[in-house]
Amino acid sequence: MTTLHQAPTRGDSTGPARPPAPRRMRQTTRRAITAWLFLSPALVVLAVFMLYPMIQAGYLSLTNYNLIRAAEWVGLDNYVELFADPAFWNAFWNTVLYAAVVTPITVVLALALAVFLDRQFVGRAFVRTSIFLPFIVSLGIIAIAWAFLMDPNVGLLSYWLSQAGIVSSQGVLSDPDWAMPAVMFVGVWKSVGFFMVIYLAGLQSIPGELREAARLDGAGAWQRFRHVTLPLLSNQTMLVSVMALIATLQAFDQIYVMTHGGPFFRTETLVMLIYREGFQELRFGYGAAISWVLLVFVFLLSMIQYLFFQRRQVRF
Amino acid sequence: MTTTLETTRTSTTPEPPRRTRTPSYLRTQSVWTWVTAIAGIIIAIGVLLPIIWMTFTAFKPESDIVSYPPTLWPREFTLQHFVDVWDRIPFARLYVNTIVFAGSVTLISLLFDSMAAYALARIDFKGRNVVLVLVLLLLMLPFQVTLIPLYDLLNGFGLTNTLPGMIIPRMTNAFGIFFLRQFFLSLPKDLEEAARVDGASEWRIYSRVIMPLARPALLTLGLFHFQYNWNDLLWPLIMSADVASATLPAGLALFMGQHVVEYGLLMAGSLLALLPVIVFFLLIQRSFVAGIATTGLK
Repeated sequence: MTTLHQAPTRGDSTGPARPPAPRRMRQTTRRAITAWLFLSPALVVLAVFMLYPMIQAGYLSLTNYNLIRAAEWVGLDNYVELFADPAFWNAFWNTVLYAAVVTPITVVLALALAVFLDRQFVGRAFVRTSIFLPFIVSLGIIAIAWAFLMDPNVGLLSYWLSQAGIVSSQGVLSDPDWAMPAVMFVGVWKSVGFFMVIYLAGLQSIPGELREAARLDGAGAWQRFRHVTLPLLSNQTMLVSVMALIATLQAFDQIYVMTHGGPFFRTETLVMLIYREGFQELRFGYGAAISWVLLVFVFLLSMIQYLFFQRRQVRF
Repeated sequence: MTTTLETTRTSTTPEPPRRTRTPSYLRTQSVWTWVTAIAGIIIAIGVLLPIIWMTFTAFKPESDIVSYPPTLWPREFTLQHFVDVWDRIPFARLYVNTIVFAGSVTLISLLFDSMAAYALARIDFKGRNVVLVLVLLLLMLPFQVTLIPLYDLLNGFGLTNTLPGMIIPRMTNAFGIFFLRQFFLSLPKDLEEAARVDGASEWRIYSRVIMPLARPALLTLGLFHFQYNWNDLLWPLIMSADVASATLPAGLALFMGQHVVEYGLLMAGSLLALLPVIVFFLLIQRSFVAGIATTGLK
């Protein structure tokens, strides 16, 4: 694990016997050709199926293209419509809300579980595996079970909640106030185990002497955590928050299965809206405009977050 | 010689006397260990609730599922849902589709990713940094932005609703290239230099020296690819117009959209769809988790 930190310094020794200049030139060219040959399959796929569609989406967003009608240039009309469209702002704020709630909860919970599961106890392996398991299974499939658990008539979780006095007679998924928390909950459940594993690896890479030294200096458990463990985990915290934030901005699977964006569009995120406008209403131009807003939004946020954490990276 | 000397010295060292009684502070700690263990197991069962619920419900007859109050444990057992699921949903078809989709994406992507990563990590050429920056940029951008033009493009080729249409755009992956490049950089250069002195071609070095050394990384990445594509919902959902041409997650979601109330059938189907992934994971979880742990350290 630590070996990756200190990647062996590679000596680019060309060897003592240097070939004469013209042969070296030819060698450089040949090497470049070989390199491009190695790269070509991947680059072709990336260019045709990733880069081109991305740019094409930018172009389509300036047209009124749909599956039937040929693309017609409309300038910024889609964006003008978009920024005046309550459905867009609804999806935008739902996405922001989803990300703003799910990201911190997931990160803090992952850290707490990692610290908890770093201790030795009977059954620890079972607990770790169980918490990690949701990450392995398909969210689209397991969301069916969650929807069923939350069904107002036959769902076990609804029944337990109603026994505990928390009653939502229409079921949480059809309740405008509870649908969003429900899909957020499933989102946290899905990814917390993955981030926990990253934190666990981080905890194991902290030299034991550091915490021991703090303990001898009279630091309590909380102080040791706050002033020794937490700062030394900031690399992991950076990675985990960036990954969690980007993933939450793209939330789709459990929402599609559990609420389909409803009730009353209360859980419609940007990706859900792209799906609806693009693939149900077949408004390709308008859908492409939404997806470009998402692109810029994700890119800006990850850059900001990266720069923010860049300043506080630790090496030990 | 030295070994014998050392062994004799160790054997003559007297063993430290064993403690007979556990000191009291250790005993309070062991109480805490038990509290921790119980708390841990409660958390674990809570996390597993949907999977447990899914498993038990799959064996309940429809009459038990709808009776109030709902119970976790089935009041009656039946295997009917596991029989029906093959007729009601084109389940065998979905299974084959999913295996072909996830399997071929994994294999082809491992080949293309590793070739590109080899060039980026091991061959010194002009433009390498430009390519690397491009890969990192593609890694950062959300793939949803490509969906509409990609669908349009594949539709133009008549590849929508087909497996090749689903597979081809996924034949390489920016994350895979980056992941393997990082791993290749950490490999020692000695073997490769020796092969180069012997006049081996780059392809030979890649296939005979680097790839065998990279087996753990390839295994981890392969698992990532396989699991990601097996589980993916949005892409197969867009690419398939009906249940029969979809993969398991998309097919079950489409089926659920049409027949909301048939929970027993859905749970049996879901269980069958999740089982291979869960079993597979439990078999190889050690290397999988180790792989994630190393990605976490960059």
